[in-house]
Amino acid sequence: MRMAFFIPVIAAALFSASPMLAQTRPDHDHASPQHWSFEGPLGNFDLATVQRGYLVYEQVCSSCHGMKHVQFRDLEGMGLDAEAVKSIASSYQIQDGRDLSGALKYRHGLPDDAFPTPVKPAGVPEGVVPPDQSRLTVVYPGGPDRIYALLTGYGPAPAGMAVPSGQFYNRFASGRMIAMKPPLRGGEVHYPEGTSATVEQEARDVTTFLAWVAQPHLAARHRTGVRVLVYLLCLALLLFFLKRRIWSNVE
Amino acid sequence: MTGSSSSDRENDGSKQDWLDSRLPVRRFLTTQFRHFPMPRSANMLWTVGAMLSAVLVLMLLSGLVLVMNYTPTVAGAFASIEAIERRVPSGWLMRSMHMAGASLFLGALYLHLFRGLYYGSYKKPRELVWLLGLLLLVMTMITAFAGYVLPWGQMSYWGADIAGKALASIPVIGPFTERVFLDGSQPGDGTLHHLFVLHFTLAFAIVAVVGLHVAGVHVAGSGNPSGIEPDRKGSLPFSPYFAIKDAFGVAVFAIVLTAVMFLFPDLVTESANYRPANPLHTPTNIEPEWYFLPFFGMLQAIPFKFGGLVASVGAVVVLFLVPWLDQSPVRSARQRPLIRLSMILLVAAFVALGLAGQHHMEGSWLIIGRCATVFYFFHFLVVLPFVSRRERAVVESAS
Repeated sequence: MRMAFFIPVIAAALFSASPMLAQTRPDHDHASPQHWSFEGPLGNFDLATVQRGYLVYEQVCSSCHGMKHVQFRDLEGMGLDAEAVKSIASSYQIQDGRDLSGALKYRHGLPDDAFPTPVKPAGVPEGVVPPDQSRLTVVYPGGPDRIYALLTGYGPAPAGMAVPSGQFYNRFASGRMIAMKPPLRGGEVHYPEGTSATVEQEARDVTTFLAWVAQPHLAARHRTGVRVLVYLLCLALLLFFLKRRIWSNVE
Repeated sequence: MTGSSSSDRENDGSKQDWLDSRLPVRRFLTTQFRHFPMPRSANMLWTVGAMLSAVLVLMLLSGLVLVMNYTPTVAGAFASIEAIERRVPSGWLMRSMHMAGASLFLGALYLHLFRGLYYGSYKKPRELVWLLGLLLLVMTMITAFAGYVLPWGQMSYWGADIAGKALASIPVIGPFTERVFLDGSQPGDGTLHHLFVLHFTLAFAIVAVVGLHVAGVHVAGSGNPSGIEPDRKGSLPFSPYFAIKDAFGVAVFAIVLTAVMFLFPDLVTESANYRPANPLHTPTNIEPEWYFLPFFGMLQAIPFKFGGLVASVGAVVVLFLVPWLDQSPVRSARQRPLIRLSMILLVAAFVALGLAGQHHMEGSWLIIGRCATVFYFFHFLVVLPFVSRRERAVVESAS
């Protein structure tokens, strides 16, 4: 068939759109792939996990990391009602101008405020800027797998490796060293009844939360996509038969 | 009942005549989209034009929603895109549609271009259709590039930076051109504003040129795969035979678009562009969208910058010359074994250039990229004129 000719064109379009291969050899261990519910073309979020992950963010991460593009009311998307969002918002201090003596003024947060970025977080060395977490699982090389590995990958440095002060050994960090001190110790996050707050559990939950916050509409996108596809497949099938029928008197 | 319906019909008829005698809408639609004769052997590749029209409409509509919520300033652009994705009702849907639509638009455009090249759609009497189509390609590429800069992510910023540097490499007027393009010495508010206006304006200019392109087709008539005109199988009215075929083609296109935008968006998005632009931090891996990769490959294949620019711009310019490079009376590559072989190699070279561009011409990719660049121009500047001259000689001696 003549159409066989166009297969290379289509293959080209698909092939050249495939993601980049890694250019350089990584200077860290490879994070083993985890099973995430949000992976794949039909991925979904377990909102209970996302909500637990938010607790980890609130009680641990948020002391250094902000989410500039996420507003408190966006949390309604993980199954909270407006009242809960309001009380979460008011638990944050939002910088709001200066008073007469020039000192910074703070007020309680409102649902329309964004998650604040701590100005000078305690314990963070000079010159280190904790990355914003609005889109971390999308922009961080290695994605959710590596974030999970990083959170659970702290340990003693191997003999012969000097770790400068202010740095911590982590075999998944680039250069196997990271300025973030081990954030999760296990048990420090107040989880709802029935979930034990181990380091692995906390890491898994907070990674899921970060993936959700990076793509809050992922589940809706997949759900809508399947519906639209089913509709279009039916439509295309009907159009195909209609075409055959219309053309039947000439062919 | 009968009386009222017949008087309705009369009223209807007179109403249509009223409009038709003042503005011949009905006559126009009837002759151009109902009775318009189409070659019976036109295959599914003849439906790509309809797909392109459909996706153009989709791009305009989704673009209008996006522009209502977009802020064209360095300080506000990235945050406004985040707000569109997170908080504007159905904003994520419109943006997914616009991003996947842009990618598939270019994809379908390349397919459409290939069809024209393969079946000789650029030959008399369709030279103007070809030229207007290429003008659309250039306009679409500029629009796509400008659109990619608007979110002001890392790739947006450094893409604009590379484009500026490429312009600066032009002898004599280079630095001036770069300054005009960037409105300063590096990408900034002025650049963003230029590209925003350009993106918005060109979108509607494209609609106008599409009108001319289609009008040209309707004057010259549609070509057919055999290249022998009129079509040996005869012709059929556009409606319903080709209207239904186009509708089916558009539905298939819509399925691909849906799959990409809802289920596999990673195919058409670059995760680095979800980082806000940072002029102080050059990403390790700057690469354009997949549809520019073959031209990006040519840009890198030539060792000096201006040469690369000439090659990648020349790759498009040479297409404009095709009606004059190939003046053979034989139209379709189906009847031209050598052209057919060369066309297959041309597609392979185009793909190889894309891959080489993606691998930054490292190692053996440099050799592949250079060979592919040479072959690309060899096809147009040597094979086409040579085969065309030989065929003309054969036809003249036969007559």
